[in-house]
Amino acid sequence: MTSQTKSADLARTTEMLSGAAMVIRALADEGVEYLYGYPGGAVLHIYDALFQQNKVKHVLVRHEQAATHMADAYARASGKAGVVLVTSGPGATNAVTGIATAYMDSIPMVVLTGQVMSHLIGGDAFQETDMLGISRPICKHNMSVRRPEDIPLLIKKAFHIAQSGRPGPVVLDIPKDMTMPDQKFPYHYPSDVSLRSYQPKQQGHAGQIKKAVTALLAAKKPVLYAGGGAILGKASAELTELAQLLNLPVTNTLMGLGAYPADDKQFIGMLGMHGSYEANQTMHHADLILAVGARFDDRVTNNTKKFCPDATIIHIDIDPASISKTVNAHIPIVGLVQPVLADMLALLKQKKKKLDAAALTQWWQQIEHWRNVHGGRYDTETPLLKPQYVIEQVSKITKGEAYVCSDVGQHQMFAAQYYKFNQPNRWINSGGLGTMGFGLPAAMGVKLNYPDADVVCVTGEGSIQMNIQELSTCKQYGLGVKIINLNNGYLGMVKQWQDMNYESRYASSYMDSLPDFVKLAEAYGHVGIRVTKPEELQPALERAFALKDQLVFLDIHIDPKEHVYPMQVPGGAMNDMFLSKTERT
Amino acid sequence: MRHIISVLLENESGALARLVGLFAQRGYNIDSLNVAPTDDATLSRLTLVTHGNDQVIEQISKQLHKLIEVVKVSDISEAAHIERELMLVKVKASGNQREEVKRCADIFRGQIIDVTPTTYTIQLVGTSDKLDAFLQALGTTPIMEVVRSGASGIARGEKTLAL
Ligand SMILES: Cc1ncc(C[n+]2csc(CCOP(=O)(O)OP(=O)(O)O)c2C)c(N)n1
Ligand SMILES: [Mg+2]
Repeated sequence: MTSQTKSADLARTTEMLSGAAMVIRALADEGVEYLYGYPGGAVLHIYDALFQQNKVKHVLVRHEQAATHMADAYARASGKAGVVLVTSGPGATNAVTGIATAYMDSIPMVVLTGQVMSHLIGGDAFQETDMLGISRPICKHNMSVRRPEDIPLLIKKAFHIAQSGRPGPVVLDIPKDMTMPDQKFPYHYPSDVSLRSYQPKQQGHAGQIKKAVTALLAAKKPVLYAGGGAILGKASAELTELAQLLNLPVTNTLMGLGAYPADDKQFIGMLGMHGSYEANQTMHHADLILAVGARFDDRVTNNTKKFCPDATIIHIDIDPASISKTVNAHIPIVGLVQPVLADMLALLKQKKKKLDAAALTQWWQQIEHWRNVHGGRYDTETPLLKPQYVIEQVSKITKGEAYVCSDVGQHQMFAAQYYKFNQPNRWINSGGLGTMGFGLPAAMGVKLNYPDADVVCVTGEGSIQMNIQELSTCKQYGLGVKIINLNNGYLGMVKQWQDMNYESRYASSYMDSLPDFVKLAEAYGHVGIRVTKPEELQPALERAFALKDQLVFLDIHIDPKEHVYPMQVPGGAMNDMFLSKTERT
Repeated sequence: MRHIISVLLENESGALARLVGLFAQRGYNIDSLNVAPTDDATLSRLTLVTHGNDQVIEQISKQLHKLIEVVKVSDISEAAHIERELMLVKVKASGNQREEVKRCADIFRGQIIDVTPTTYTIQLVGTSDKLDAFLQALGTTPIMEVVRSGASGIARGEKTLAL
């Protein structure tokens, strides 16, 4: 080990443990309560060690992908790394989608993968896959165990790397011979680890912060654009205070929903491809953009060449590589968003200056006008149930306080647009990778850790079938998740693109022979309720949320023809949008 | 624009694969790459020649920095620096051609390091441009084999890339 590791006052411990026992003990010492996984040959020693203690509890999923999403969602809700244990070969490859999902959204996770015996590596042994090679491009870092006595340090390192800087998943590959029960080594869990090659920045540069504050105070049409980094960086309070101090309009990305309270009048909605009319207009016409923990993703900017032509851009991010990657930042600030915003706030309070009041009033009048023109309206004239209406009702009955875990598709966008997220860490979705099958395991991960909270899985009949087997895990662990299946009979998001770009040629976007979801839920031992008419919705929701500890599968048949709007026009600017099937900006 | 990027890397297994993988994943060019341990056995020094516009080069350097095992990154072509590459060339050399090849090697300050009745192997050190020029200058001499190390570089003066 070449990295300098200064384990604070190395207490001489004589406790002797096997590699397998060290794995579990290190997790316990790290404060891990749940481990999500699935056993197999290469990790049986570890499972046996798990069996012989009761600090770390194991959740047995039905497919390894679900284990990764459970751990990932726990991390999204709690801010702490989730932990996964899978066997070598197929166990590890089944975890790949979940690792990539976490990586794309910068979610801290530690994935322990079994591996064949060291001497067999490279020889195409039974259930051998080069997991280090496979996972390299989809994780923040990966490592393998070469000596059992290194296990505690490697686990400490894994957590340190996963949770610091820009977070992300870390894979630790453990050959079976590193965990032999009869080979014991002295165990000591380091309280701290420091790597000479990895020293993520904390504070922002004082000079840059000063510049940013000056630019902000000079703005006439400012907007605050906050992304997932504001949530990961626990900066919601500072962000809200700063926005309210200066009366800035605030838009959140898909990943940033909840960073600023949706019910507040300064909130102008989500921005981007399916962002609100007012958010995209405000961005486009702004003269200053304060970007906080956002990465100017292509689903936000639309055509970068036409992106916000008049704006001075202040960009705060922990990852320098995210700054000026797609859109040039005029005032970059590298650092953790929370201390940077705190520094900006302190400076603003000290300066006691505000923005030009007349200009700001005018700017707000403009924004209110946009809000009134197309503020989240949808067609309410049909007798069919509208997905937007369903989400609005779910938002109401849960008072905007539920954890909403979404799958991927139209239902995801409706949930993002119509659920009122007033707190961070409550909206849990796969934004970067867009992984269908994420929703149910994610909801399970949250429900397990927050048993008293309302946990909703918003899904579609396509997505839910990608991890439907987890209904069995839900039964085993008593996970009373409420599944809102927005059943449109189509891979709706695909169908929408086919409507818009392929003259409604529905190539493989219609699923025949859907199961009876009510019976299916019952077969797994849960409650199923079918809703086909608008008037059935309210009672069904009431019943579902009253059944506190039970999983309720609400199969809600909605208008199959509905599209998600607004939708940015491909190749256009932020504010080039389709507003309905017949209107365009 | 051509850039020479020097990297100090933890001398750990997998570190090099991660670095090379980064270039493949993100579609960056690698014109040449060389790597070896340094006086500090825990560190490897890597020299990478790449090309791209300023934005791409900035991303390359930031993305390299993000790799956990990368200790330091420097674009040494941004300031005064020295660049050297080693080349071994095996050519057919018989009859009059033997004299011709030898003269050419002398002009480029190359050394003939292996001789058979029909071949010469020439060693040449210099900037990559100079090595290119030598291959050009060989003209009609049949080249049998070329081995190049890729460029190595170091900053001029007091400046160093070290811990
Ligand atoms: C694993 C995976 N495969 C394919 C896709 C592409 N995709 C995105 S949305 C979508 C349709 C989702 O259908 P459904 O779950 O019924 O949701 P709806 O759009 O109808 O609300 C598909 C196939 C994806 N995101 N993830
Ligand atoms: Mg559907």
